[in-house]
Amino acid sequence: MTTETFVVAYEGGDGDTSLIDYAIERAKKDGAQLLLVHILEWSPYSFLTPQELEERKQRRAEELERAKSAVLDPAMEKVKAAGIAVDCRLKFGNVVELIAEIAAQEDAAMIFVGRAGSQSMAARVFGSVPIGLAQVAPVPTVIVP
Amino acid sequence: MRLKTALTALAASMAPLPAMAQGIDETINNIFANYTGWYVSFIFAPLPGTNFSWIALWLVVGALIFTGYFGFIQLKGFWHSIQLVKGDYSDPDDAGEVSHFQALATALSGTVGLGNIAGVAVAVGIGGPGATFWMIIAGLFGMATKFTECTLGVKYRNEYPDGRVSGGPMYYITKGFGERGLPGGKVLAVLFCIFTILGALGGGNMFQANQAHAQLAGVVGDYPGWITGILLAGVTFAVIVGGIKSIASVTEKVVPFMGIFYVLVSLIILIMNYDMIGWAFGQIFLGAFTGLGVVGGFTGALIQGFRRAAFSNEAGIGSAAIAHSAVRTKEPVTEGYVALLEPFIDTVVICTMTALVIVITGVLNVDPETGLYIWNAEAGRISTEGEVAGVALTSAAYARAFSWFPVLLAVAVVLFAFSTMISWSYYGLKAWTYLFGEGAAKETVFKVIFCLFIVIGAAANLGPVIDFSDAMLFSMAIVNIIALYLLMPIVKKELNSYISRLRSGEIKKFKH
Repeated sequence: MTTETFVVAYEGGDGDTSLIDYAIERAKKDGAQLLLVHILEWSPYSFLTPQELEERKQRRAEELERAKSAVLDPAMEKVKAAGIAVDCRLKFGNVVELIAEIAAQEDAAMIFVGRAGSQSMAARVFGSVPIGLAQVAPVPTVIVP
Repeated sequence: MRLKTALTALAASMAPLPAMAQGIDETINNIFANYTGWYVSFIFAPLPGTNFSWIALWLVVGALIFTGYFGFIQLKGFWHSIQLVKGDYSDPDDAGEVSHFQALATALSGTVGLGNIAGVAVAVGIGGPGATFWMIIAGLFGMATKFTECTLGVKYRNEYPDGRVSGGPMYYITKGFGERGLPGGKVLAVLFCIFTILGALGGGNMFQANQAHAQLAGVVGDYPGWITGILLAGVTFAVIVGGIKSIASVTEKVVPFMGIFYVLVSLIILIMNYDMIGWAFGQIFLGAFTGLGVVGGFTGALIQGFRRAAFSNEAGIGSAAIAHSAVRTKEPVTEGYVALLEPFIDTVVICTMTALVIVITGVLNVDPETGLYIWNAEAGRISTEGEVAGVALTSAAYARAFSWFPVLLAVAVVLFAFSTMISWSYYGLKAWTYLFGEGAAKETVFKVIFCLFIVIGAAANLGPVIDFSDAMLFSMAIVNIIALYLLMPIVKKELNSYISRLRSGEIKKFKH
C-alpha cells in the first residue's frame, strides 16, 4: 500500500500554527506523509521600473532564501519532530493555481488550507486562497479554522 | 499668525528668484547657442531642397534595411511575439524573474508619453491627416529596428555574480565588435554613453519637467516653474536616491492604466463617431498622397509622419535595448520578437488613435467649398479651432467629446513625464557607470545631477539647451545604427537557429 500524500497550503502566518497541528494529527491517523507548499504570490503581468528589472533575479534569490529559512524550514522541523515524513515545494506564481497543480501532480489525497486571512476586506472582494481552492482544487480540501 | 508671517517673509525672500532665474536662463542659453548651435544645426540639417532632416531619414532607412534583412520579421513574427508576451514559451520554473511582458511594459512606459499626445498633434497640425499614414508606415518599419537592437541587448548583457542583470548598446558594441574582430568598438561605446548621458539629462529629463510644468500651469494657472521642478525633483530623488520603491511602483502601475484609459477614451470617441471613421481613413489616405491643402503637399505629410514616428517610438536610439536586457530568457531573439511590439503599440496604435480623434472631432478647420484644410501661413500649420497646437490641440479635440478630459490629460502628461524621467535616469545611469565604473558614490553623483536638472528644466525656458539634448538623443541613433549594421549578421544567425529549433520542436511551448 502506498503512503498517501496530504498537501498543506502553508502561508506561514500566526494562524497557520493550527493548520500544521491539524495536518500532523491527520497524517498520524492515516499514516500519510505531508507536502508543505509555500507560494510567493507573483504575476508575470505586473509592472516594474527599469531598476527593479535589473535587480529582479537577485531579489528573487533573496525572497526564496528568506521563505525557505523563515517559513518552510521551521515548519518542516516541526513536522519531522512529530515523526511524520515531510517534503516541501517553494514556488513563485498564483497561489491557488499552483497549489491545485501541485496537488494534482503529486497525486495528493487531500489539501489542507488555513482559514486565516479569508475574513479580510481584500479577501472578501478579490477572493481568498481557501475560497479559490474550494473552486478549483482537484482533490478534497479541508479548511482549517 | 507666526506661520503666516514666516510664509510672507519666505515669499518676499524668494521674489528676486524669477528675475535671477531669467538672468541665468539667458546666460546658459547664450553659452549653449554659441558653443553647441553648430552641432544642433548639423544633426537637424535638412536634406538639400527639402525640410526633411537627414537624421529622420537615417532612422527610416535603417528601419527599411532591417526589415528587408530580416525578411519582414514584424509581419512574420507578429503572432509569435504575442505568444511570447502571453508567456506561452516561458518556463513556469522561472516565475519570479523578469517576464517578457514586464520587460515590454517597462520599455513602453519609457516611450509612451508626450510624443503620443503632443507630437502627433504637431504632426497632424502641420502635415495634415496624411501625416498619420506615413507615421504608421514608419512605425511598422521601426519594429524591425527594435527587433535588432533588443536581441543584441539581451545577447551581450551582463549577468553579475550578485544576480543583477543589465545591458545595452554600449555592451553589445564592445562585446559584439570584439567577437566579429571589428575595430573601434570601445570608441563607439564611449561616444554612445556620452550621448546617452546628455540625452537623459535633456530629452529624458529637462524637456519632460518643462512640459509637465506647462501642463500643470495650464490647469491651475501660471506659477513659477521652480516649484514644479523642486516637487518633481524631490519625488524623483526619493525614488532614485532614497530607494523609495513605493512611489516608483505606484507610478509604474498607474502609467500603464493611464495609457490604457487614453486608448479606451479614444476608442469610445471613435465609436461615438463610427459613421466618420471611414471618412477619416479616407482623409488619411488621400492626405498621404495629396496633402489636402497642406503646404508641401505629399512631401509635407510624409516628412511630418516619418519624423513623428521616429521621434516617438525611439526605434534605433538604443534606449529600448537597455530596458529589455534584464528579461529572463535563454534565447536573445525572443526579446527581439517582444520588443518589435513596442513601435506597434506606441506608434501604430496609440499615435493613430490620437490622430483619428483629432481628424474626426473636426478641430482642424476645413474650407467648406474646396474641402481642403485652411492653412495658417503665419503659424506655419493648419488653422485649428482656437488656433491651438501641440498638447492643447489634442486636449481641444478630446474635450469636444468629454469636457472633463483636459484635466485628466494634464494628470496623464505629468505622470507620463515622471515615468519617462525614471526610465531615463536609469538609462543615463547605465551609461554613466559604463564610463566611470560602478559604486554607490559615483552613482549618487549622477543621480543628484539628474535631480538638479529637473529643477532647471521646469524653471527655465532653455530652448537651445533642449535643442542640444534632442540632438544628443539622435546622436545616440547615429552610433547605435552604425553598430546595428555591423552586428546584424549575429542577429541573423541567432534568428535562423531559433526558427529552426522552433520548427523542429526543440523549443517547446509550456502553455497550450
